[in-house]
Amino acid sequence: MTAAGILQILLFCAAVTAGAIPLGAYMARVYSGERTWLSPLLRPVERAIYKICFIRPETEQHWTAYAFALLAFNLVGLLVLYAVMRVQAFLPFDPAGQSAVAPDLAWNTAVSFATNTNWQNYAGESTLSYLTQMVGMTVHNFTSAATGMAVLVALIRGFTRRQARTVGNFYVDAVRSIIHILLPASALMALFLVWQGVPQNLDAYTAATTLEGATQVIAQGPVASQEAIKMLGTNGGGFFNANSAHPFENPTAFSNFVEMAAILLIPAGLVFSFGRMVADTRQGRALFLAMGILLVAGIAVCYQAEAVGNPALSRLGLDVTAGDNAPGGNMEGKEVRFGIANSALWATATTAASNGSVNSMLDSYTPIGGMVPMVNMMLGEVVFGGTGSGLHGMIVFVILAVFIAGLMVGRTPEYLGKKIEAREVKLAVLCILIFPLAILSLGGLSMVLPAGLAGMSAPGPHGLSEVLYAFTSAAANNGSAFAGLSGNTPYYNSTLGVAMLIGRFLVIVPTLAIAGSLAAKKIVPPSAGTFPTHGGLFVGLLIAVILVVGGLTFFPVLALGPIVEHLLLAAGTLF
Amino acid sequence: MSIHRPREVSLFDASILKPAALAAFRKLDPRDLVRNPVMFTTGAVAALSTVLFVHDLSAGGGHVAVAGQIAAWLWFTVLFANFAEAVAEGRGKAQADSLRRTKTETLAKKVAALDATGHQPVPATSLRAGDLVACEPGDIIPGDGDVVAGIATVDESAITGESAPVIRESGGDRSAVTGGTRVASDRIVVRITANPGESFIDRMIALVEGAKRQKTPNEIALTILLVGLTLIFLIVVASLPAFAAYSGTVIPMVFLVALLVTLIPTTIGGLLSAIGIAGMDRLVRFNVIAKSGRAVEAAGDIDVLLLDKTGTITLGARQAAEFIPLPHVGDRELAEAAFLSSLADETPEGKSIVTLARARFDFADPAAGSAITFIPFSAHTRMSGVDVDGADGITEIRKGAADAIIRYVADRAGRTPGGHPKELVASVERVAKAGGTPLVVARDGRALGVVHLKDIIKPGIRERFATLRAMGIRTVMITGDNPLTAAAIAAEAGVDDYLAEATPEAKLELIRKEQKGGRLVAMCGDGSNDAPALAQADVGVAMNTGTQAAREAGNMVDLESDPTKLIEIVMIGKQLLMSRGALTTFSIANDVAKYFAIIPALFLASYPPLQALNVMRLASPQSAILSAIIFNALIIIALIPLALKGVTYKPASAEVLLRRNILVYGFGGIVVPFIGIKAIDLVVTALGLV
Amino acid sequence: MIKQLLPSLALTIVLTLLLGLAYPFAVTGAAQALFPRQAHGSLIEKDGRVIGSELIAQGFAKPEYFHPRPSATTAPDPADPAKTIPTPYNAANSGGSNAAPTSKAYVESVRTLVEQVEAENPESARNGPVPVDMVTASGSGLDPDISPEAAEFQVPRVAKARGVSEEALRALVTDRTRPRTFGILGEATVNVLALNLALDARFPVRR
Repeated sequence: MTAAGILQILLFCAAVTAGAIPLGAYMARVYSGERTWLSPLLRPVERAIYKICFIRPETEQHWTAYAFALLAFNLVGLLVLYAVMRVQAFLPFDPAGQSAVAPDLAWNTAVSFATNTNWQNYAGESTLSYLTQMVGMTVHNFTSAATGMAVLVALIRGFTRRQARTVGNFYVDAVRSIIHILLPASALMALFLVWQGVPQNLDAYTAATTLEGATQVIAQGPVASQEAIKMLGTNGGGFFNANSAHPFENPTAFSNFVEMAAILLIPAGLVFSFGRMVADTRQGRALFLAMGILLVAGIAVCYQAEAVGNPALSRLGLDVTAGDNAPGGNMEGKEVRFGIANSALWATATTAASNGSVNSMLDSYTPIGGMVPMVNMMLGEVVFGGTGSGLHGMIVFVILAVFIAGLMVGRTPEYLGKKIEAREVKLAVLCILIFPLAILSLGGLSMVLPAGLAGMSAPGPHGLSEVLYAFTSAAANNGSAFAGLSGNTPYYNSTLGVAMLIGRFLVIVPTLAIAGSLAAKKIVPPSAGTFPTHGGLFVGLLIAVILVVGGLTFFPVLALGPIVEHLLLAAGTLF
Repeated sequence: MSIHRPREVSLFDASILKPAALAAFRKLDPRDLVRNPVMFTTGAVAALSTVLFVHDLSAGGGHVAVAGQIAAWLWFTVLFANFAEAVAEGRGKAQADSLRRTKTETLAKKVAALDATGHQPVPATSLRAGDLVACEPGDIIPGDGDVVAGIATVDESAITGESAPVIRESGGDRSAVTGGTRVASDRIVVRITANPGESFIDRMIALVEGAKRQKTPNEIALTILLVGLTLIFLIVVASLPAFAAYSGTVIPMVFLVALLVTLIPTTIGGLLSAIGIAGMDRLVRFNVIAKSGRAVEAAGDIDVLLLDKTGTITLGARQAAEFIPLPHVGDRELAEAAFLSSLADETPEGKSIVTLARARFDFADPAAGSAITFIPFSAHTRMSGVDVDGADGITEIRKGAADAIIRYVADRAGRTPGGHPKELVASVERVAKAGGTPLVVARDGRALGVVHLKDIIKPGIRERFATLRAMGIRTVMITGDNPLTAAAIAAEAGVDDYLAEATPEAKLELIRKEQKGGRLVAMCGDGSNDAPALAQADVGVAMNTGTQAAREAGNMVDLESDPTKLIEIVMIGKQLLMSRGALTTFSIANDVAKYFAIIPALFLASYPPLQALNVMRLASPQSAILSAIIFNALIIIALIPLALKGVTYKPASAEVLLRRNILVYGFGGIVVPFIGIKAIDLVVTALGLV
Repeated sequence: MIKQLLPSLALTIVLTLLLGLAYPFAVTGAAQALFPRQAHGSLIEKDGRVIGSELIAQGFAKPEYFHPRPSATTAPDPADPAKTIPTPYNAANSGGSNAAPTSKAYVESVRTLVEQVEAENPESARNGPVPVDMVTASGSGLDPDISPEAAEFQVPRVAKARGVSEEALRALVTDRTRPRTFGILGEATVNVLALNLALDARFPVRR
């Protein structure tokens, strides 16, 4: 670890916090339907969309209707995306002449983008046409992000409303998320990225003749417009195969810093919006603190592991010391312009949030360095998490923490004045149960089926890690990968698709049910008998609950994967 | 009077432990076990491992000795949990028996109508609600009911332990009688109000006996959480062989089973129902009968406590504290008038005036034979007093509320009331403002001054309210006094708020208002006009001396009729939840150490470097697994006393409680098993069990 | 049912037009007006022909050029499209090696690379160990940069091949070294293509 590296990490944390607070305030105003400084420009667009789409914004929905609208909208989007990929060869804007995407890959990819996972079993530049990238991937980057934000807003309404029947209108929440938040932010960021060197064109791939006389075909495309929302919407599906390691997606250290901040900006901002919307900013701050502590801990472990590097390489007599003129550490799969600190920081942030983009190849991380992203996802993707989905996942943990804490102080547990009773506990447990079910059952299956074993690129514990990582990433709707796994097979395309769907919608529906159940309750005013959920004690308890639930669930498989790999590597065993 | 409480049953009374040990085996019946999902899982797994053991015995598997021991300890785990429940039930039964003694089989004298002369003997158990029975001296009242005719003294010592008979009469607020009590004198006719098996004693017996016990809301929520954790660990353990197979390890089935049982929350799962029963049991020991477990739980959630002033906050009687004469009236003159007027007054207030006057001026009793006529208090005049037939004619002395005396003075002067002296009004207001009751004394149509009657706040009550405040409970004093007086007493007693000039309607309205704001309200009451409020309150404690209507409306009955007991009830409710929360935390925290014992043990053969995770340095994989499973079983036994007594509860703010409990049961839960498993491992290895 | 689905269908169409066409086209228009060079991929032309992109690594194997980092990119096998073959610096199919840290094959391949680099730069190899970025494949396979240390490691070889003094070459490398952005972000880098172009301009190879 170098002083420069640590300084960059601190700067990053400060920048995210500084950006998230005003953004959170802005988003809270948007969702409350209040005027913002962008309203004069964006309100007319919003209204026009309602008019064209038969949406009556003043009509509120019961949680079941809200869930139905959400599922219908996502299903339609998924089918359209699948269709576009299947017929892209017949559509315009295809200078590279891409053929139709195979059915199993198209299914996996459609599910992947509809669920905000953006797992990539394809290489963008060699599979998708420009039109598919734009009307398929870019559109879904917006809509899937907006879906998560809508669920969160509905859940927040569950806390703020008393004895109400409805939780809002899904279409309104989704459209507002896109028009007032995601679209303006993306447009701004896209132009910044072009300035830094990200291409934005519809040109054919460029054939260059290199200085040594070879021919190099350089992929091009409308990259910046997709890159911006890919980062802001915690999507992470790259325009190119190498994702944000690709110099065209992430050309400079400056673009890298902004993209990393963009990963966390909206999820972190929503935590502050939450505080404002429940009219107690301390609650938002407490959750931000809990998430921040977990994030910083992850960064520290990952950075340390990567900075030390791979002992097997050190034994070859390589120079792995970091300095002002050398990145040092474990540079396999990493880019020089980012170095170790920014790679570890990105890996942690992208898996803390459910972004899943990478600026370095996680499969080549040291066992402990690679375990950090995996653990981030196993904790339920709640360390900031996806846009909306991270915080609503966190609130599920809050419900459990509050339940246990409530019992320990001798009161029926309550959070923000809402009593947490059997129904909420049941739904919260359901949300948490889905996770090990998807990861461990499908992961376990892949450990014994030849089709599963065939995908591994590495023998030994690392092969286990690859498969475990894949299902964790899919179920957590993250999308990052230990990319050595050959995922583009009918087996993995279908099973990972299932994991993504389960991890997304079987969590969203119970979450909305919680929202409906909470909205119907009275609000209990706090007293000295209510333990405060904004203090350090609760933050600590919340972190403990998250770590214990995640840790107890996944410790055995982690022991067989990264942990034993680390011990073996230290002992000099290779596979 | 002496209050006897049911005998405190010691934690390890042989008369309870022996039957409990037997019951532990009886409770292995799957139909009983299924009520407790965690223990049902453990039982199923124990059965499975037994089958495996038998199979291994015949087939000669590799781990026969360890497998047998693991199977045995799994059964012990279930048995220990059953035992915990049985002990709690046994203690509950001991309480229930003392209650049930009041329900000895009696013959009831059923009558056809109120005025019927004859009666027909029927067994008490055949009585239905609405039946009329006659009870004569010496008769046991056959069931809960209302006196509809007559007045009698009733010996209720069987239930309350209070030896002095109490008066029960038709109409009014003292009409309720309880089955099992004995008529001491006179004849009454009682209308039975509860069907057999539905009286509140029956309900209470059901609550402490456990068999028919309904789970309380928080208990249901917790059970769901425990089921969820069990399912998660089931998934973890069921998928593990696949990951292990890839890693080149075949995990013996019995080891997997051991892993599952150590991970699922057996500690809290095994003690959950014992905690619940013990909570009810504590309530009974306070001589409070709860009609549902839900009410006890709700007591822990109370935000607002409505307390009647008289009898709860203040002593029932007021005392004279000061004589305030009008100008031109001497102290002694006023005191003497007040003294004379109260000589024949038997009320505590009257007696206290006499006492005060004597203390100040050393009056002697008037000579025998002097003609003093006592004028008792009447609702019409709202005054009492004396007419003294002395040398200079009849002197009229009157005392009463200010407005009554002012009217009297005006009447005597033959004018309309209104022109009363300013000084009198000032004195009256001063007394009221100080929380006292002003009593105006007049002689021969002339007001002499004011006697300050003071409410006496019960000693220690202020501290109790401070305690409640620390617990986050707001106290509201209910009083018929005017707002001025009420405010003064409220300030002196340290309540947070008061409702003055309270009517039953105002009380009900207050409860509704608090509930609308999301707060839970507790109150106690006795009269029939309290019934609507008792029913509306989230926790309504009816006094046993009250009417049957009140007892039916409330969800608890205090056999000792002590209104301050609400505070204990709240604490019992909190303790019940805290015990569950603390043991849940402890149970889950335990898993950390168990992982460090079992995971390296399972995979050491394939991956020797995993020895690094064996932080306890357990002797061998077999001893590690066996030690973990033994610890898991023994911890249930070790925690039975805690489950039955409840975790210590000192009233404090939620944050303080949480910090303390997290420290003790969270961190304790992580550390204890590391020590425990290591110790067991040493023993197991020393004994050569593996 | 249809009525409830209608908003979903309509919204999907409207958003597809807005976000899938209007938004990227608008950004394309603005980008090409404001930053035309970057918008087209930061291409470098020499003698009227595109010789590459400033941002994309291209292969250099000759001793007179500075060499980029190893690339693990692949391309479809012409013989069997279902398979891929190693094709370094393939800018139409980016990617890293994804090698596992505990892979014997990987560690062996790094050993081979180390030996190769040491053979190519015997002088530097005698003076110190090989910088790690010279023998590890970049994440994209298209990393345009090497670390200043990796450049320094190659200076003696290039100087020898071009017949210039190491000092002169070193001065050029230092001149072309980009420090951390704003003095703090990222790492110091040397863009290989830009350096080699400058090399050709300043110290042309005598043939």
